[in-house]
Amino acid sequence: MKLHTNMANLKVNFCGVEFENPTVLASGVLGVTAASLKRVVEMGAGGVTTKSIWMEEHKGHKNPTMFGTEHFFLNAVGLSDAGIEKARGLFAEYGEPAGSGAENVRPAPVIASIVAGKQSEFADLTEEIVKLQPDIIEVNISCPNVEDEMGIPFACDLLQAAEVTKVVKRKLDELESKIPMIVKLSPNVPNIGRIAKACAEEGADGFCAINTIGPGMVIDLKTRKPILANRVGGVSGPAIKPVAVKCVNDIWKATGLPIIGTGGVLTGEDAVEMMMAGATLVGMGTMVYYRDAAGFGEVVQEMDKWCDENGVGDVGDVVGTIS
Amino acid sequence: MDVKNFNTIPETLPIKKIVKETDSIWTFQFEYELGSKPGQFVMLWIPGVDEKPFSIAYDGGDEFWLTIAKVGEATEELFKLKEGDLVGLRGPFGNGYSWSKGEHLVLLAGGYGAAPLYGLARAAVEDGCKVDFVVGARSDSMLLYEDRVGELGGNVKYHAATDDGSKGHKGYNTEVLEEILAKESGVSQIYACGPEMMMKRAAEIARDKGIKSELALERYMKCGFGVCGQCCVDDSGICVCKEGTVFEGERALGFSEFGKYHRDSVGRKVEW
Repeated sequence: MKLHTNMANLKVNFCGVEFENPTVLASGVLGVTAASLKRVVEMGAGGVTTKSIWMEEHKGHKNPTMFGTEHFFLNAVGLSDAGIEKARGLFAEYGEPAGSGAENVRPAPVIASIVAGKQSEFADLTEEIVKLQPDIIEVNISCPNVEDEMGIPFACDLLQAAEVTKVVKRKLDELESKIPMIVKLSPNVPNIGRIAKACAEEGADGFCAINTIGPGMVIDLKTRKPILANRVGGVSGPAIKPVAVKCVNDIWKATGLPIIGTGGVLTGEDAVEMMMAGATLVGMGTMVYYRDAAGFGEVVQEMDKWCDENGVGDVGDVVGTIS
Repeated sequence: MDVKNFNTIPETLPIKKIVKETDSIWTFQFEYELGSKPGQFVMLWIPGVDEKPFSIAYDGGDEFWLTIAKVGEATEELFKLKEGDLVGLRGPFGNGYSWSKGEHLVLLAGGYGAAPLYGLARAAVEDGCKVDFVVGARSDSMLLYEDRVGELGGNVKYHAATDDGSKGHKGYNTEVLEEILAKESGVSQIYACGPEMMMKRAAEIARDKGIKSELALERYMKCGFGVCGQCCVDDSGICVCKEGTVFEGERALGFSEFGKYHRDSVGRKVEW
């Protein structure tokens, strides 16, 4: 849906996929149902990411799972999902790929976020997901909320991150699939650029960075208990933007590959900043807490305004222009 | 709790008073300025156990009540707490009911729905409204809030409907609603709170009579403030917690899943 004044070109091509504007709904927010994803597109998002999909049903954590302040947001939902069967229903409802000539065409590109507990499990899951024809596959190896069950995230270990990338890439090649594959990286590492480079060498087409920071914790003073049922959770929201911008820039310098820059973006100017650091698309999740889904359209208008005021005719010209 | 300034860290406060409505339905009363409107809900944190959404039964300005049924793990633990024990609170969330001064309203409660509708009745009566309060339950021992509604004065009439006929009309509360509408011509709006199929029937009755209705939908929730996406309904995709929980009957009837299915904690469709 075109909400901007169309004075600057906001269309972006990411790994061969056309986006009407650079904003993308991040994984984990409003991504449980096709209807919800479609609504986010109606509100102005250029693309959407599903909540992470498991092969089998995976129960998340008990509540409390999320809350925020004006400075930050904390969550430990725990990757709850009903499994691949439900994902089939979601994709059928969301619509067929653009250019397929089908009646029920997708309103915008959809990124399938996939998650597994073991590297090898990613192979079968990739095979099932490819059948659903997502526009992009996002490999989630960086959620910090499931350490009790799964140990330290794969994205925090260079060799493990590379191994998962290799498993997924090998399956995609075996299936002769052209679907681009991006890896969602964790900021909770000493050197994100090195990890990104290792994934690039194993065939990643791009990245989504960053996942949440931490884990972090909030303690209630009266009960002296941590509030989250999982005790700890990932930190997101305005406070993490500087870390996200730096991580995106590190990945850009290390690989030069396309990035969905995510983390603390609330406004059009935040989005432009993320693109200057090296992002081609800008992911927003926690923004919805502060501005509702309508925030997508508002951010797009703000980006358009920034471009107009700064003589930028094509928003893509801004990517990686940090001096 | 300052929702307007984005602070949704739970506020911990002691349970002031527990009133046992029945063995398995208790009203927890709190001394706190919640600032809620009838029809809104809170997320109640049972520390160390879980956190769940509960409708606000009554908000008196400096106090508020939650009437809760012991139906599962979380409420089992809640029912072990005593006056003075601490619980956590986020909210109020949701949009609440709407009415105008001096109107004739019919409130239709199924089971636990009587509690939040009591809050509405009390506020509406203060606005000079005339209220028919219809409660349906399996038997007379399960009819909630009868005494409290009685204390609201002459402008409120309590009607009971029981499955076993132990009190009032033997049958559905929607049948009582139809009887009232057949006799009264000046009803402005119908409010329904209870099982989804009951609310669907109420909305259909209202539509047939050309009367507006408001329903309080219930969906599985994690966050309560429009971020997690668990309570989004088909096929509009809107969040029940944010654009509801109260919806106009016509709008609810237009949701493709209304009266058909809802979703569980992992997002799977579950038929009613």
